Amino acid sequence: MTMSRFIRPLLVLLLAINFLSSAHAEAEFITLASTTSTQASGFFDYFLPLAQAKTGVEVRVIAVGTGQALKIGEKGDCDALLIHDRPGEMKFVNAGFGVDRRELMYNDFVFVGPKADPAGIKDNHDAAAVLHAIGAIKANFVSRADDSGTHRAEMRLWDAAHVDARAASGSWYKELGAGMGATLNTAAALDAYTLADRATWLTFKNRGDLELLAEGDPRLFNQYSAILVNPRRHPHVKFEAAKKFVDFLTSAEGQQLIGAYKVADTVLFVPNYDRSKP
Amino acid sequence: MMNEFTDAGHAAWRLVVSLDPTLAEIVYRSLMVSVIAVGLSALVGFAVGALLAVARFPGRKFVVVLMNAGMGMPPVVIGLVVYLLLSRSGPFGGLGLLFTPTAMIIAQSLLVFPIICSLSRQVIEDLLEEYAEQFRSFDLGVGQVLRTLLWEGRFRLLTALLAGFGRAIAEVGAVLIVGGNIAHVTRVMTTAIALETARGDLALALGLGLILITTAFAVNAAAYLIRDYAERHAA
Repeated sequence: MTMSRFIRPLLVLLLAINFLSSAHAEAEFITLASTTSTQASGFFDYFLPLAQAKTGVEVRVIAVGTGQALKIGEKGDCDALLIHDRPGEMKFVNAGFGVDRRELMYNDFVFVGPKADPAGIKDNHDAAAVLHAIGAIKANFVSRADDSGTHRAEMRLWDAAHVDARAASGSWYKELGAGMGATLNTAAALDAYTLADRATWLTFKNRGDLELLAEGDPRLFNQYSAILVNPRRHPHVKFEAAKKFVDFLTSAEGQQLIGAYKVADTVLFVPNYDRSKP
Repeated sequence: MMNEFTDAGHAAWRLVVSLDPTLAEIVYRSLMVSVIAVGLSALVGFAVGALLAVARFPGRKFVVVLMNAGMGMPPVVIGLVVYLLLSRSGPFGGLGLLFTPTAMIIAQSLLVFPIICSLSRQVIEDLLEEYAEQFRSFDLGVGQVLRTLLWEGRFRLLTALLAGFGRAIAEVGAVLIVGGNIAHVTRVMTTAIALETARGDLALALGLGLILITTAFAVNAAAYLIRDYAERHAA
């Protein structure tokens, strides 16, 4: 009994099922690897139907951390990326995995923590001083620790504060390896501080005793960019369709739609595409 | 805390009575993916399980232990393996199956296969003892023995199917990795629950959980009734 006698009919069956299950989705679609913040904040639920109506391109979103999104792009498993980690993005483009990086929109990171605020960071506009204060009294801090854009930004800020938080991993500094939402759930349960992107924080429902304590340092600036996966590297990618979608994101109309999305009277992503920038 | 449970009940109830189309779609997709995965696994799993029960060959015990251990295989690991195989950079990348319901079916099939295989081997082994006398007197070939045992054990094998189904419908680790939790494409009950938890909407997440449990209960109840009916009419 040869294995192929078993496997071939199974493969045929699978492909038949695949054909049937995708038969109703006739529209042209692209796969977009993006961040948890853009999905959890409801932005895609709002934006993608509008973009599809305009461009005819259906966008299928895989929402993961920026680090994982870059990996998906490297392997050629998506057609475009919408992420937020400039150094990582530049490396991705320079290595030839991506082309046509365009800065789309921004928001900022904020420090949230327990109302009681044992480290006294409230209204401190110096991000490094905030982390220094938290480290000084060894207050509970939960970190995404998932190589996401937010996590990478957090690590840069600890460096700026000259605090070796990772050395305290497992005591007051807790590395979760989780998405923003799960991290906020944990922070709420532990009365811990954390760094969050404003979009996820604003739409997050299980806040418990947490509140927004500190914001406003220019180092908390959070830029989102779109990158197309390089068709020379991965010839199967739907480059034209993906470009159509990104063109819409950067069009006057797309930018205006981005800026019109509000939660609790706050604009979640401020459009800032600049045509003159390369 | 109690608040959350009552809120969850309300959330579930609202979704059900309003016949929320998104919810219906997600429940339907969950069922489709898991039922097909269990069906595929059963095709191979019953045959291999029966063969392990009846045949004697070197390394048989090793395979039996391997299958038993496989029942505890972490879904995340299966998910990763299938992800790497189906990735565009992997050996089956050309099929373009990653982030489709088909990828989820493949992952769940692999997850469920050891369960169906092990449980059916046990069922067939027990049956074999009961029927050993008859088989000896009729002098049947292995193929005929296997067919007879599988047919005679069909009601008991249903339990193996249901165990596999329970594992498939409830797991989140594998389908999240290979499906990507894409809205309207690969979002199923468990990944929707994970998403709502990430949004901090614990009541809605738990409400979806209640619906998932109810769905699983309905499937098991249906299986029980069918078995009951069939057994009475077979007698």
